[in-house]
Amino acid sequence: MRLPEKGKGVGKGVRSLFHNPQGKSHWDVEKKGSDPFSFALSFLLLVFFCSFYGTANAECLMRGTGDLGIVIERASGSVQVVDTTARSSLFRIEGLGDLSHASAVFSRDARYAYIFGRDGGLSKIDLLCGSLVKRVLQAGNSIGGAISQDGTLVAVSNYTPGGVKIFDAQTLAQVVELPAVDEAGRSSKVVGLVDAPGQRFVYTLYDAGEIRSVDMHEPGKPQVQRFRDVGSLPYDALITPDGRYYIAGLFGEDGLALLDLWQPQEGVRRILDNYGKGEDKLPVYKMPHLEGWAVAGRQAFLPAVGRHEVLVVDSDSWKEAGRIAVHGQPVFVVAQPDGRQVWVNFAHPLNDTVQVIDTRSLQVIHTFKPGKGVLHMEFTPRGEAVWISVRDADAVQVYDTTSFRQLAELPAEKPSGIFFTSRAHRTGL
Amino acid sequence: MLKHSPALLALIISCPVIAMAEVPDAERQAQLLYLLKHDCGSCHGMTRKGGLGPALLPENLSDFPPEFLVTTILDGRPGTPMPPWRGELSEADARWLVEALNRGEGL
Repeated sequence: MRLPEKGKGVGKGVRSLFHNPQGKSHWDVEKKGSDPFSFALSFLLLVFFCSFYGTANAECLMRGTGDLGIVIERASGSVQVVDTTARSSLFRIEGLGDLSHASAVFSRDARYAYIFGRDGGLSKIDLLCGSLVKRVLQAGNSIGGAISQDGTLVAVSNYTPGGVKIFDAQTLAQVVELPAVDEAGRSSKVVGLVDAPGQRFVYTLYDAGEIRSVDMHEPGKPQVQRFRDVGSLPYDALITPDGRYYIAGLFGEDGLALLDLWQPQEGVRRILDNYGKGEDKLPVYKMPHLEGWAVAGRQAFLPAVGRHEVLVVDSDSWKEAGRIAVHGQPVFVVAQPDGRQVWVNFAHPLNDTVQVIDTRSLQVIHTFKPGKGVLHMEFTPRGEAVWISVRDADAVQVYDTTSFRQLAELPAEKPSGIFFTSRAHRTGL
Repeated sequence: MLKHSPALLALIISCPVIAMAEVPDAERQAQLLYLLKHDCGSCHGMTRKGGLGPALLPENLSDFPPEFLVTTILDGRPGTPMPPWRGELSEADARWLVEALNRGEGL
């Protein structure tokens, strides 16, 4: 469904059909047939062809996609395609199933988005045509996905049944299934699935406490490497932008599990395991998300589980470099593309607030309340603006990252994840 | 017998009181259903089919006594990500939520 400027695309498609640079239109050609019957028939054929051609292209835009993105509308199973330059909505695509906790990746031509729904649905949408290209129900319950380094494979991590399924990015035909079964034969929920250099996917088994890395150079012969006993209840993971370090957050104990993908033979080691020793955690009303890597210079910023703190980590030594007291339990801790500021949102019941941390002084320099249910934040490709989904306001708000002034507000039904096409060319997103 | 009667009397009086103890009003019920969908839903799924947390459909809950479920909501499940909701939710809220879950209300 095209939202604004409905006529624009239609006009283009029809005009290009009638305009013929050789000066001979279909009409002229057909007029040569003198017999009225064949004339009428050709006319009908032309009308039929026109209308068919018209619908095929009517809604599609002729433009680049570098400043486009999508907004997940979690409660209505729909997605909006948005333009981050015009700050407007282009399309709404419906019928994508249960999108609670949905996420998305982009094809490397940045025309298509792959959306991973909670109900196990994998949907491929066309950003230029505002259409659902294909949808497969690949599992009972899924959590996220990734696209391979070369853009040919899409992997999905599942809760029920646990495991990873890998699909052809073009057709969504299944290529291979990787069960997540441990020694005892127990199937694990899979979290923290990312792409990595060397045509790999890396993922974590929540129940088994294990990290696995699969080399997909030969799709028919996946080479799986296993790293056992990484810690208790790894709930999510991220990969550094260079694709070198894979880090899983642990819910069941303190610290994080770090795997150096340049030296996998060194195995997984625990970092920040002294953090919070002997302190009581607060109840966690929403699991933090490790997405992307909030990194500025040598410092990385992470949400502390069960604490009103953002952790600062030295990314050379992987030692704690500081803690920043914040408004609530952080959910997303994301750095602007320039790394100058880190933005933080919070778990229920303090999820009406966003804070901005200056990465040089490690101070909170701005606190504001977009509204109840701030679920996600996404920066424009070079970071002059941030888009924030405010669930209970049924709106996406756009803010200037320098002046913190609100620039725009777009209506959206219970918006959650916001994903821009600049992710198409970044490892791990 | 006489010795026990005050306790018995108290029990007889308090039982119906507990049973009738403040059922959340319509506005609170709507808030609870919203919380169930959007906040519980981030782990259990907005359609309650499960996620990081288990599914909460009537058929998944039928094996558990309501008291156990009320306690789980109020005090959490140590060793799992299920947090205690006491403080945010009253006993009556939790009881009503368990009934709503068992009825499949709002699905």
